[in-house]
Amino acid sequence: MRLWRLRGFGASFGLTVAALWVLVAAAAPLLAPSSPKAIDLMADLQRPSARHWLGAGENGIDVLTHILYGARVSLVVSVSTVVLSALVGTLVGGAAGYFRGWLDEVLMRSTDVLLAFPGILLAIFITAVLGPSLANVVFALTFTGWTGYARLFRGQVLTLRQREYVQAARALGASGRRILGRHILPNAAGPLIVQATFGIPGAILAEASLSFLGLGVPPGTASWGALVDQGTQYLLIAPHVAVFPGVALVLTVLGLNFLGDALRDALDPKPATAP
Amino acid sequence: MRKGAAVALAMFGALLLISLFLNLVPGDPVDIMLGEHAAAVDRQALRHAVGLDQPWYGQLWSFSKALVTGELRTSLPPFQRKVVPQIAAALPNTLVLALAAMAVGVALALPLGVVAAARKGSAVDHAAMALSVAGVALPRFWLGPMLIILFAIKLDWLPVSGAGSLRHLVLPAITLGVALAAFLSRVTRAAMLEALREEFITVARAKGLAPLPVLWKHAFRNALLPILTVLGLEFGTLLGGAIVTEKVFAWPGMGTLLLNGIQARDYNLVRAVVLAFTFSYLAMNGLTDLAYAAVDPRVRKQ
Repeated sequence: MRLWRLRGFGASFGLTVAALWVLVAAAAPLLAPSSPKAIDLMADLQRPSARHWLGAGENGIDVLTHILYGARVSLVVSVSTVVLSALVGTLVGGAAGYFRGWLDEVLMRSTDVLLAFPGILLAIFITAVLGPSLANVVFALTFTGWTGYARLFRGQVLTLRQREYVQAARALGASGRRILGRHILPNAAGPLIVQATFGIPGAILAEASLSFLGLGVPPGTASWGALVDQGTQYLLIAPHVAVFPGVALVLTVLGLNFLGDALRDALDPKPATAP
Repeated sequence: MRKGAAVALAMFGALLLISLFLNLVPGDPVDIMLGEHAAAVDRQALRHAVGLDQPWYGQLWSFSKALVTGELRTSLPPFQRKVVPQIAAALPNTLVLALAAMAVGVALALPLGVVAAARKGSAVDHAAMALSVAGVALPRFWLGPMLIILFAIKLDWLPVSGAGSLRHLVLPAITLGVALAAFLSRVTRAAMLEALREEFITVARAKGLAPLPVLWKHAFRNALLPILTVLGLEFGTLLGGAIVTEKVFAWPGMGTLLLNGIQARDYNLVRAVVLAFTFSYLAMNGLTDLAYAAVDPRVRKQ
């Protein structure tokens, strides 16, 4: 690992945002001025004030509170999605790349089918059938997200299995599982980590989009996407409801993308080249 | 030939996945759609409408047949409205939106990417790349409302939502196209830098050709292939993004149709719309391959 090479504006901005995001998600109950379930009918759709710093939404829910708790949903969903996707993708890609033959053919044609669906469509379909819940969102995003890791790791395996140290391990009688786990995986970890780092902001956006469509979190749960959805109905009288959660979302995604770029540069053994 | 087989296989896989997904749901899907206290008659009718009273191959067959013959009907009592005409009405609206977004993306990205590559390392280059990083992080469901607040409410230049005139198309197209512009400008810049390193560029410069023709006639034509590839692949992202964009602007396309179907738990409508989306995407990928041949004589010969 060459993590000490993480530096520059992008890396510091990204690390700061990531740390803030995790901190807010963990400490939301301590930081939030009220509970996400609390309603304040007197303050229905009120502009920002001393009582509601970022204003109030439908039935007077506190926008700041929902943004802070929304960080939780985004953290839980994105990290679970990325971990599960990477796990499934590595298993499938490893099996396909190492054992080749018909298994490779079947597994890779299956990823082709999943890649035949445009963008977020399959996730919409799955959550629409299963109903809105955090677990269903994670399932839907993992179902559509593992293919990238599978293709990446399969490619790595195909390259690395020709290396001499892998040949040597095989000559010594190591099992396929041991070669994949002990010899190939550690040497392919860099690209996988970079892919996972970019996967986090991707999953955050996907969760927010699904919640915006009413297919993500259950109704009433604090989520950035759901809050923007609520706000779009009141753009004329209460634009703050849509504006502020989006700012939180954009900053988080931007920071994590910067972190991914910095991580890619740091883990890339080749000297940085344009572009 | 191999490409055609791959597309056919992907279409069949998509059909299989979509038509049978309801069987994989834990619990009784009829309970989910009608609630646990629905009358037995309605339950049986719904079961028949979505094909759950048949084995899986029967479901696949009857769903495909109904779709192809245009006989597929909504799966909600009283099961009357046909699905295909609804899709036929919505699909052109979505395609118009996606193509307009593509036009926005191309119009912004190509000049930006080419200039950034020609003036590599300059302030213009840095500004263009910073814009592209920001553009990727902007979610459409937020950019759309922000554009509405600024251009429809504060400035009152454009309508808030709906369809019907060219003015209605402007904000949705920008909302859908900005992310593409951001991504495409990076691709354009990279492809241009690659093309500018070629020897024929040095030759063209050496024989005294003016810088602009070298840039646009020699380098740009060679950078077009990777740009086209990305455009074809990104069409799918545009279709997915259209669902969100259509909700923001109440645009009467496939996304709105899909969300209405989901809200009403009209399972046949949802399945048909998802398939129509997927097939449009795959057809677009096929068209991209044809476009290669038009741009690159080397591909045409093969």
